Amino acid sequence: MSAHPATADSVETPRAGVRLPGVGAGLGRGLVVLYLSLLVLLPLAALTDKSLSLGLGHFWEQVTQPQAVNSLELTLIASLIVVVINAFFGTILAWLLVRDEFPGKAFVNAVIDLPFALPTIVASLILIELWGTKSPLGVDIALSRYAVIVALLFVTLPFVVRAVQPLLIEMDREMEEAAASLGAGGFTIFRRIIFPNLLPGLAAGIALAFARALGEFGSVLLFAGGLPDTQVSSVYIKQLIENGNEAGAAAVSIVLLAASVLMLVLVSLAQRWGSRHERSSGAGLTNMPMSGFESSPHEEDDDERA
Amino acid sequence: MSAHSGNGSRWGLRFLGLGYVFLLLLLPLGLIFYKTFEHGLAPPIDAITSPDGLHALKLTLIMVAIAVPLNTIFGVGCALLLVRHRVRGSGVIDAIINLPFAISPIVIGLSLFLLYGTKGWFEPALAEAGIKVLFSVPGMVLASIFVSLPFVVRETVPVLQEIGTEQEQAASTLGANAWQTFWRVTLPAIRWGVAYGVVLTTARVLGEFGAVSVVSGSISGQTQTLPLFVEKQYENFNLPGAFGASVLLAVLALSTLLAMNVLKRKEDA
Repeated sequence: MSAHPATADSVETPRAGVRLPGVGAGLGRGLVVLYLSLLVLLPLAALTDKSLSLGLGHFWEQVTQPQAVNSLELTLIASLIVVVINAFFGTILAWLLVRDEFPGKAFVNAVIDLPFALPTIVASLILIELWGTKSPLGVDIALSRYAVIVALLFVTLPFVVRAVQPLLIEMDREMEEAAASLGAGGFTIFRRIIFPNLLPGLAAGIALAFARALGEFGSVLLFAGGLPDTQVSSVYIKQLIENGNEAGAAAVSIVLLAASVLMLVLVSLAQRWGSRHERSSGAGLTNMPMSGFESSPHEEDDDERA
Repeated sequence: MSAHSGNGSRWGLRFLGLGYVFLLLLLPLGLIFYKTFEHGLAPPIDAITSPDGLHALKLTLIMVAIAVPLNTIFGVGCALLLVRHRVRGSGVIDAIINLPFAISPIVIGLSLFLLYGTKGWFEPALAEAGIKVLFSVPGMVLASIFVSLPFVVRETVPVLQEIGTEQEQAASTLGANAWQTFWRVTLPAIRWGVAYGVVLTTARVLGEFGAVSVVSGSISGQTQTLPLFVEKQYENFNLPGAFGASVLLAVLALSTLLAMNVLKRKEDA
């Protein structure tokens, strides 16, 4: 796990340059920590406190309610299925966007980010229109478990594409050419050369998509509904809040939160693994290319030197 | 799948990839535009310009006006801290910043609900001061800030690392103070990265549903943002209203995509 602890920081970046103007490092850190504490950590502390307010026994009881277990199970299984499907299509899309040329490529590249930009409740509504009772295609999956899957496929589509794309762009094509000249076929080249190179990005993309799928609420709400067998955990938590069972809602939230945080830890490990061979970065997750924006290291010399 | 593979597999991949995007993203999006304007422009426009619709729009814009500047200032400052100061605890700060991405919006809403709610930690003090956080605008703003917190930091950090410090050192050698260097050298160099983060933050705040729905109570004409308005209209079987507001949000989302692409190009240029 920490076989290469130094790699992330191995390149010493210059320490000079502009810093936080007006404040020193100590005060700057203080302000940042204060902002994060007030806005993020304090609410989460209240959540944890509430989940344990009636004791560990009660926590366990709430989490093991049949409905709670069902919702967690559905959330987990649906997220797994979705992540596998999107890993497959996401890799294909990344490939098309990097290595292929076709009319409308720039448009497709832009539209991939649509699920990041479109409000989740709107996603839910448009999915109902296409795949609900009034479906023009005659396919009605609304209020079923398939709806959970489709909604999650929609919202997590960009993650794998955006995580794999930069690796494909940076990949050295000489290896592929060498393999081809040695007689390897298309599939062999993919399996033995391309795929292993994409693996870090793929892993990070999958973990991010999985974390997102675990917590998704808006897009699932109208489309899959809150029926006992289509209720994902977030919808179940909302229902508990509405029924006034705050301790129960908090307990299930903690379980969900733990699962997502685990995913984020995996992302950061995947990233470290991915950046072992690169110049490094030092600021961890913050570098994860998650939404299309790709910084371009080779162009830094083009800056006008004023 | 390599460049050497045949035309057949290339077309197969195109069919799979593009077909997936079409079926999953484009077809539903197109359909909602069609459904909304099926009976002309009047029904969706009436719905949005109804008092509740306009109030929802106004409230949504208020969320953006408060949450986006705060998270932008925090984001740039925090990125400078993480990249240039390398203070102790950077790793922890970095991890906390990414938390909002890992937490379900419902869980974020619930956390705020518990903190500021009737039996919450802050309840006695807030009640005494006469400040209502839950089921009113302050709570919704807090939720919006929470969910959109990571974007500016995430987009600014890599750009800041990339620009290096030579120009800044030159500026300070020539006698510029920290603020001058920041405004004249650093900010212009990172502006597109920051702008990209701002666009993502704005899109998230405009569209946030889960977290805001828990803390707002979704009272029509009072604590309803556009996404909450969409849900309410849909539940009340007022489809033109739901569609009209959805299309408005979709147009904003598409503008976001456009802005992202323009900024990406500027950044690469």
